[in-house]
Amino acid sequence: MNYAYYPGCSLKESAREYDLSTQAVMESLGAKLTEIPDWTCCGASAAEAVDDLLSLALPARNLALAERHLPGLDVLAPCSACYLNLRRAQEETNRERRVRDEVNAMLGAESLSYGGGVTVRHLLDVLVNDIGPERIEAAVKHFYPLLKVAPYSGCQILRPYRVFDDPEHPTALGRVLKAMYVDVLDWKAGNACCGASLAATKHKVALPAIRAVLDAASEADCIVTVCPMCQMNLELYQKEAGRRMPVLYLTQLMGLALGLPEQLLRVAHNLSVTPDFLRSLPDKAAEAATT
Amino acid sequence: MPSAETEREKTAPLLRIARSKALETVREMVAGCMQCGTCTASCPNAWAMDLTPRQLWRLVNFGQEEEVLASGTLFMCSTCYTCTLRCPRNLPLTSAMAALKRLAFEHAHKTRRRAAFYRSFVDNIRSYGRVKETALMSMYFLASRDPKLPLAFTAPALRLLGKGKLHWPGRPGRGSLGRLMDAVMNREGRP
Ligand code: SF4
Ligand code: SF4
Repeated sequence: MNYAYYPGCSLKESAREYDLSTQAVMESLGAKLTEIPDWTCCGASAAEAVDDLLSLALPARNLALAERHLPGLDVLAPCSACYLNLRRAQEETNRERRVRDEVNAMLGAESLSYGGGVTVRHLLDVLVNDIGPERIEAAVKHFYPLLKVAPYSGCQILRPYRVFDDPEHPTALGRVLKAMYVDVLDWKAGNACCGASLAATKHKVALPAIRAVLDAASEADCIVTVCPMCQMNLELYQKEAGRRMPVLYLTQLMGLALGLPEQLLRVAHNLSVTPDFLRSLPDKAAEAATT
Repeated sequence: MPSAETEREKTAPLLRIARSKALETVREMVAGCMQCGTCTASCPNAWAMDLTPRQLWRLVNFGQEEEVLASGTLFMCSTCYTCTLRCPRNLPLTSAMAALKRLAFEHAHKTRRRAAFYRSFVDNIRSYGRVKETALMSMYFLASRDPKLPLAFTAPALRLLGKGKLHWPGRPGRGSLGRLMDAVMNREGRP
């Protein structure tokens, strides 16, 4: 299993722990990630507000690079926002020949061209469908039957493109968690919006959205996310929202279950993770039977 | 006759927008709206909007650009795509919202500052190739443009600093986007 890895800007900056834990977990599950050479910003949430063609040309540049340097590989993105931007470039350039020509006219400035042959996958899609719950379960060293986890899928891996999960009743994240025997919280906020960039631009509007997710998770020991934007919104404003709740990246929890070292997972690095939570983890675990 | 002059200055951009291809495209996007209200009922931020999504599409279809482009609704969308997913007519509503936002940037004076924020983002990735922080960059730009904002951001920013998650824009990334972005922003017939 080989993938063209697109970490995206957040994973190289504030979400470093998501990058490290993704690479460590994928390696120990037998997947090989090769970073797309010279990848650049996918446009984040701002490019579409500036220029429509820019919001396609920026991600398409990365698809063109993947196609040229890592032919035949699917692009793997752990950040949901990057995933959607890259996926949108894939879908739109395939849907209309005119769009691909327009994009390629721009990419020509860098002597690049996109032929339409790349498939963009989110990390969760690869975990559920390529690696699969069975293989994950077989690799797990510590199960967490007493750890109650709220699976937070967020928006952009579910909508608008229905690719690998049911947007109204997502199950992919829960299936991966169940492979670690985690006690998965049955809740309705797993596909609610975290406020996205409104947390920075319209704080008062985003805060109730953040609070609603945190409140809905109140019975859980922690929330698990698959997106640095969701992660940051759910972590950063807990004081203002009036609720404390550890928020972990899926790959951090998987790394714990797989027995990977803390320096590759950096769980203690998360804003919302308290020493108490870390101390409570061993009590919630059960060793896998050695066969 | 300064008043006539000002009047013309004020209405000229609106006229230009009313006849623009970009607005025409938005009209095509939402022309099939049957006013069922599913989008509004699904929108997590409808409570904070001066016009609900359903009302917005109605005004677009009735040619009320001025009201549409002056509405704060365009800046309350968190691009969650729930409306797009659920619209029984399958209309691309989140994209329509983004297109209107672009038009509003060009039109209204009071949104100039917001437009400046997005332009800063573009300038930033143009020179760095990668964003030096996504969410955090927003804070940084907003804080640097509005003297009242740093106060609101002090507490969260300190939390991030404490965990070593806040970085100042550093040396440029490897890939440079200069040529591509110039090509896009200076292309012929850019709306
Ligand atoms: S859901 Fe679709 S058809 Fe219904 S009001 Fe909204 S845009 Fe119109
Ligand atoms: S995409 Fe925007 S308008 Fe549509 S439901 Fe989400 S926040 Fe509301």
